[in-house]
Amino acid sequence: MNTPTLLGLCAAVLVGLGLYGLIVSPHPLRKIMAFNVMGNGIFLVCAVIARRGAGAGMGGDPVPQALLITALVVAFAASALAVALVLRLFEETGSTSLSAQAAGPQPAAAEGEV
Amino acid sequence: MTEALTLALVGLLMALAVWTLVARDTFAAVSGFVPYGLLLTLAWLQLRAVDVAMTEAAIGAGLTGVLLIAAAARLRPTEAPAWAERPGLPTRVLAAIVSAAVAAGIGACVLLLPDPAPTLAPAVAQNIASTGVGNPITAVLMSFRAMDTLLEAVVLLLGLIGVWSLAPDRAWGGRPGPAPTEDPNSILGYLARVLPPIGIVVGVYILWVGADLPGGKFQGATVLAAMWLLVMMAGISDAPAVDRTWVRLALAGGPAVFIAIGLLGAGVAGAFLGYPEGLAKPLIVVVEAALLPSLAVTLALLLTGPPRRKDGDT
Repeated sequence: MNTPTLLGLCAAVLVGLGLYGLIVSPHPLRKIMAFNVMGNGIFLVCAVIARRGAGAGMGGDPVPQALLITALVVAFAASALAVALVLRLFEETGSTSLSAQAAGPQPAAAEGEV
Repeated sequence: MTEALTLALVGLLMALAVWTLVARDTFAAVSGFVPYGLLLTLAWLQLRAVDVAMTEAAIGAGLTGVLLIAAAARLRPTEAPAWAERPGLPTRVLAAIVSAAVAAGIGACVLLLPDPAPTLAPAVAQNIASTGVGNPITAVLMSFRAMDTLLEAVVLLLGLIGVWSLAPDRAWGGRPGPAPTEDPNSILGYLARVLPPIGIVVGVYILWVGADLPGGKFQGATVLAAMWLLVMMAGISDAPAVDRTWVRLALAGGPAVFIAIGLLGAGVAGAFLGYPEGLAKPLIVVVEAALLPSLAVTLALLLTGPPRRKDGDT
């Protein structure tokens, strides 16, 4: 099996692992990390496709490679925004729970006041 | 030989990915995430994507690592309650089945990719002369797909606006992060004085060399942002208040120049972001030079987070 195919299969496993972590991890920060692992897998598939498109004296198709740079930067911006949201949630409520029960009583109490 | 190395790399990548997902302590998980990102750069190198490898090392492993470490440290008290909320066994089994199915589907797609692979490499090679740059990635980013790069710069800016908008009302217009405290004898303070001059030269060099060799504004801007963050973390300089005019100008300057040159292209070359013949290279250099400080300030401020205190607050 050649290097691109091997890394492509590795990418498929990374997507699977990331997806599992995204669903199962209860902590939002861990979900963000799992989301990043999933994203890495997707980017790696794109890089494998780029490598297979090598030609004209280039080691890979430069168009998907350039888009990958864009993707990495945008993924960082999204992660930074997600982390900021989690930190604000923690500052406001003292917890980072995403469960419906933990969030439930607060709106009810607000309604009671009105 | 190469295959043995690839196999070892794949094994390490998967092991670290599993570790970042199952480690009970988030801090331990993040310490697995950073070497995982650095190993990914080796994967990019094996796929001959040197520019992507540099971006991964700088942003994927570096900046994202710092972001996660800082957040993990602040969220330590929330870990035990979160662990108690772990979904039950049926959910986990179902999630494992779904994830395995998705992974198998992608794996099958990888094995069934068309041969010969479709590629735009010859088209890029044919037209690269019209851009005046030698690095095909830079030609794609700054000319053939310049619209993507413009939108990416705008997305970064929107991300920062999103982060800032999470500020508590009383802190709006203030400074992000905790007040700086400098320990004059710390090794961090020493490094924050010695490294930035070197880092600034390296960052600008990466931008300049990106025209013809691997490198470019994103990688260069990340190095500059890292130097500034180092100075701020060591407490040598304070983070700027977000309502400062120079901050706003620095943030908007790069995209504004990019849009202005794009509009110039609409008038002179007949297409938005089109470059007049013979002027492509100088215009690309102007846009990249304008984007570099904007990207550096945006990336650094994305990491420092929303404003949290006003001058005079304790």
